[in-house]
Amino acid sequence: MTRAIITVVGKDTVGIIAKVCTYLADNQINILDISQTIVQEFFNMMMIVDLTKSVKAFGVISDELTKIGADTGVQVKCQLEDIFDKMHRI
Amino acid sequence: MINLQEVIETNKMIEQENLDVRTITMGISLLDCADKDLAVTCERIYRKITTLARDLVQTGEDISKEFGIPIVNKRISITPISLVGSACCRIPGDYVQIAKTLDKAAKEVGVNFLGGFSAIVSKGMTQSDELLIRSIPMALACTERICSSVNVGSTKTGINMDAVRLMGDIIRQTAEETKDKDSLGCAKLVVLCNAPDDNPFMAGAFHGVSEADAIINVGVSGPGVVKYALEQIDKVAANENSPAHGLANFELLCETIKRTAFKITRVGQLVAQEASSRLGIPFGIIDLSLAPTPAIGDSVADILKCIGVEHPGAPGTTAALALLNDQVKKGGVMASSYVGGLSGAFIPVSEDQGMIDAVEAGALTIEKLEAMTCVCSVGLDMIAIPGDTPAATIAGIIADESAIGMVNQKTTAVRIIPVVGKTVGDTVEFGGLLGYAPIMPVNTFSCQRFVDRGGRIPAPIHSFKN
Repeated sequence: MTRAIITVVGKDTVGIIAKVCTYLADNQINILDISQTIVQEFFNMMMIVDLTKSVKAFGVISDELTKIGADTGVQVKCQLEDIFDKMHRI
Repeated sequence: MINLQEVIETNKMIEQENLDVRTITMGISLLDCADKDLAVTCERIYRKITTLARDLVQTGEDISKEFGIPIVNKRISITPISLVGSACCRIPGDYVQIAKTLDKAAKEVGVNFLGGFSAIVSKGMTQSDELLIRSIPMALACTERICSSVNVGSTKTGINMDAVRLMGDIIRQTAEETKDKDSLGCAKLVVLCNAPDDNPFMAGAFHGVSEADAIINVGVSGPGVVKYALEQIDKVAANENSPAHGLANFELLCETIKRTAFKITRVGQLVAQEASSRLGIPFGIIDLSLAPTPAIGDSVADILKCIGVEHPGAPGTTAALALLNDQVKKGGVMASSYVGGLSGAFIPVSEDQGMIDAVEAGALTIEKLEAMTCVCSVGLDMIAIPGDTPAATIAGIIADESAIGMVNQKTTAVRIIPVVGKTVGDTVEFGGLLGYAPIMPVNTFSCQRFVDRGGRIPAPIHSFKN
């Protein structure tokens, strides 16, 4: 299973999650977990997703998500989960 | 499962605290390229580098994108070229020809630096070593991406004072040959003692003869992350009205540096393993270094200030640097299966805004920097000095630094730039990662008779361990 973490950071705006989720559904990317919080008026959301069934290359998904974020005025990043696992788990 | 706070912490390190992987360096052995014909040697070198490192830059960029971590440099280190060229080089110009070939190969694969235009002469110089050393000024003047290093001493062999003296002249000549660019050539030339075989950082990187045919070494960085972590513990201590004047005590300070170094190094380990498996080249080592850049917030000097000195150079600086260096190693060692290279805090002047500020404030001198090199990873690094500094004085500085390395069984180095036409009060701009530097005064008393003696300084007594 190829797992990635998608983060969305920015001013709270209507429909951010819907847009990202629609994109993921269209690309057969399964959401395993979602959590969110507001830090100093900034919306912080994290999704753990499974990319195994997606036909698009990782770089393409990452670029398209970043573009969806830019269109909405928020920052969207998609990173492989390993970087967080390695840093925070022994 | 990873939680949101952990994700936010990692991304904040990357976006706001300048966490990055400083370099993926591919070490390549060129021993099998040697031939008695210069043209054949050059052709083999070009072919081997451009074949093995063909995908290095793209792989680095792919990894960077997929994990969301900047990988600043992709570089190559090669077998010390005096070994490869010994059969075919008859005059210094022959080595310049090899340098041009290396530069062309570096450009072709897209790396920004290639290190290993080097000679290891810690005990004596072969004819080939001396030819290579004499070709350095011209080679650095007519290439862009080549870095050169000469190892003039070691704990096991003592110091080759003939080579030290020669390097004083070579540094002066390199400054002269590149005077149109503020003697930039000297920023790509380093004189070492106890040089490691697997260093991924420039300008001292080369692929030692103890290494495999090709290897991936990774240098991590992250002074901004350490500084931020230290600021946070002091804020907490101040709020809690800690008994130690509202400051976090040394135990907490050290623990925090260790934890942060662990996290930084784990990212380096991940990148190294990925690069190794994607390129099909074995993983060598992680170099656990705090490497500053001129960017604001990416400074080792700022960490020292956070620990408690007004400017680097103030009393207490050497102790603060010693504890920083030690904790970085203690935290980093557990995060990686193989640690090597230089591993420690770098204290270059021109590449660290905090160091530049300290020099301009009058807090930091070359003599204090020399003391600091006893407890950190390398040596006198990226220091601009007056262009009229005599070659003998430069040789004396190299001898002092080598003695520190030899006696303390550590790597030391001198990368010093006598900027032609400039003197104390002027500044020099190297650009990019190399930064800018105020010209620092050098002790003007002579050491001519000392360096003129010739021969070797014997190895210290504690090197005889058999």
